[in-house]
Amino acid sequence: MDFGQIFTLTITQAFGVTALIYLFAAIGLNIQFGYTGLLNFGQVAFVAAGAYAVGVIVLTLDLSLWLSIIVALMASTVLALLLGIPTLRLRADYLAIVTIAASELLRLLVRSIAFKDVFGGAQGLNGKLGQEFHDLNPLPADFTLPILSWSRQDLWVVIVGWSLALLFTLFVWGLVRSPWGRVVKGIREDEDAVVSLGKNVFVYKLQALVIGGGIAAFGGILWAVAKQSVQPDTFQPDFTFFVFTILLLGGAARVFGPIAGTVIFWFLLAGFGEVLSSLINNGYIDFLTATDVGSIRFMLMGLGLMLLMIFRPQGIFGDRRELALDAR
Amino acid sequence: MLRRVRLALGVLLLTSVAFLVSGGFSPATAADTTITGTLSTPAGLPVTGVVITAIGPDGVSVSGTSDEKGVFVIPLSAGGSYTVELDITTLPEGITLNNEADASRSLLVLGGEKRIIIGLSEGGESGIVAGSSGTGERVVQLFLDGILYGLVIALGAVGLNLVFGTTGLTNFSHGELLTLGAFTALTFNTAGLNIIIAAPIAIIFAALVYGWGQNRILWRPLRRRKTGLIAAMIVSIGLAIFLRYTLVLFFGGAPQSYKQFAGQPGIALGPFNTTPKALILGALAIIALAATVIWLQRSRIGKATRAVSDNPALASATGIDVERVISVVWIIGAGLAAFAGIYLGLTQNTVWNMGQRILLVLFAAVILGGLGTIYGAIVGAMVVGIFIQMTTLFIPTEMKTVGALFLMILILLVRPQGLLGRKERVG
Repeated sequence: MDFGQIFTLTITQAFGVTALIYLFAAIGLNIQFGYTGLLNFGQVAFVAAGAYAVGVIVLTLDLSLWLSIIVALMASTVLALLLGIPTLRLRADYLAIVTIAASELLRLLVRSIAFKDVFGGAQGLNGKLGQEFHDLNPLPADFTLPILSWSRQDLWVVIVGWSLALLFTLFVWGLVRSPWGRVVKGIREDEDAVVSLGKNVFVYKLQALVIGGGIAAFGGILWAVAKQSVQPDTFQPDFTFFVFTILLLGGAARVFGPIAGTVIFWFLLAGFGEVLSSLINNGYIDFLTATDVGSIRFMLMGLGLMLLMIFRPQGIFGDRRELALDAR
Repeated sequence: MLRRVRLALGVLLLTSVAFLVSGGFSPATAADTTITGTLSTPAGLPVTGVVITAIGPDGVSVSGTSDEKGVFVIPLSAGGSYTVELDITTLPEGITLNNEADASRSLLVLGGEKRIIIGLSEGGESGIVAGSSGTGERVVQLFLDGILYGLVIALGAVGLNLVFGTTGLTNFSHGELLTLGAFTALTFNTAGLNIIIAAPIAIIFAALVYGWGQNRILWRPLRRRKTGLIAAMIVSIGLAIFLRYTLVLFFGGAPQSYKQFAGQPGIALGPFNTTPKALILGALAIIALAATVIWLQRSRIGKATRAVSDNPALASATGIDVERVISVVWIIGAGLAAFAGIYLGLTQNTVWNMGQRILLVLFAAVILGGLGTIYGAIVGAMVVGIFIQMTTLFIPTEMKTVGALFLMILILLVRPQGLLGRKERVG
């Protein structure tokens, strides 16, 4: 077994493109769930909105990628309003069910034959989605990384992605220290108390949903640009629950919670997968096959989410007092 | 001349089942002799643009192309022996025939509408397709299909709602109770038991192990720890993911079917085409639901369940053993869910994410009827079942779940307590 290679692959995934997509979704969810206490189970819909905005603008309409970023943010805002206005007045569990239903509804719509001309049906939209972005790549054409296995194109995405992620983290840091942040935290802890202070709780919740959704949409934009492909069935509800796991792992209502959660989550998941695959390929484990690794990874993830929630709901770096999960 | 022609071609792919509802039962004259059918994926999406050609006894060939609803019609000038060929190159990417022999077949057309069945697979999944008929017939057919589907939803939704009512838990792993029930029956069935024997054993096993056992091992300790309801909800999501992929690990990702009744030929009851197994299962479901209702209405523990559902603290104060009620509720909920899973397994097939797929529909039913109201689940389920089937008159089949989810969101807007719910503050 080549532990050096396993380690390299693991690090590549822990900081890689897929991890970044989840990171954006988690930063957004941290505002919604961590700070405001909104049980948004449809975060994947915002990621899908971002990805499909790029897909439709660039491929279907043949317009500029830069325009698609604006459209992506508009789409996620509209989605947040559509989701929020009917449901934010309802109890937390209703919001959870409606948001997960809306994310499925959206997925079924974009993969339908009826809208195949726009969204590409079940195959989705595939093609040169991020050309304008990749044209800006300043790295020399023959560039290769010494240790990590990112291609020149992926490295460019990773550099921009992490810069953006740090920028958003800084934004969240400022936001939660502002008066606005104090109000939303108040809503999370005791909604009635905030109402009695004369705050319009509904508007604050809606704002949190819009801001969190917008950041998640960047995950979708990154997805489309980096993977050059937008496919409906990658936006399953499970995506949202992975994001929840990431957030709870790192610690909800912590500014660096999403970053810590993402890196640790992908490090563990990828590391475990690589080690297990390697054990199987080298014949140390013969009762499993290489295809089982994926299932076992997901099993562990589900188990991890359960155990985290039961034994350490504040995650690795969270503060239990900060997060009274049951503001019901 | 009234002709009854029915043709069901074997469409069994290794691990998949095809369900046939077929038949041409409409009166027709020789003038409108046609060969017709509907092409759809196992998931129910119509398959469009597929060219099907019929070559007649006189060597003349006529073609039909499946439209946006997947329906193709080949008009014929006269009855006789035809060779029907499907141009596989026109099948969309990823769609294949279950049975390669289906690409070309001979059949005898005696006039009227002749429906053919072509089994299609998508990525290893297989399903089937039935003929279509006139709008009036279709309305009746869809309405009755809706009732049958509503019964399955009701079986699943009752448990979900009972658990919510008594413990406040929004159980996102309830869908997996259906899946586990279906797979337990599959395990017994594979071990050699006839499904008629395997099913009741699986239901009892599910009620005790997945119901009583799950509550005992997981949820009761969590209640003792005073774990919050939202935390418990997230725990249930973790459990659902864990169970699903455990099933994939042990049973694989491909759909499987029970050994008996897999490709049961259809029958016609007047304008309604169905299979005997669907009718028997429907009748059993009605009996199970009626028994549950009578139990809730008449028995001591049933009354106690309603009391706990209404107000756990008050019920506890009047001497009701709330934990005992919750145990019973889990047993019944899991048993009914297992039945629903086996029902789906028999009429469609068993696949690892079957419960996940139906979970949102269950939630739609429960919310429509009123979250926590026990009879609401049944009423909501019937409405959602019929609604889902009937909307296919207006929207493509692939989008029928969209309608149900949309209905649920709409209900939350205008009447968040549901049809039978008591008006209270839910905000």
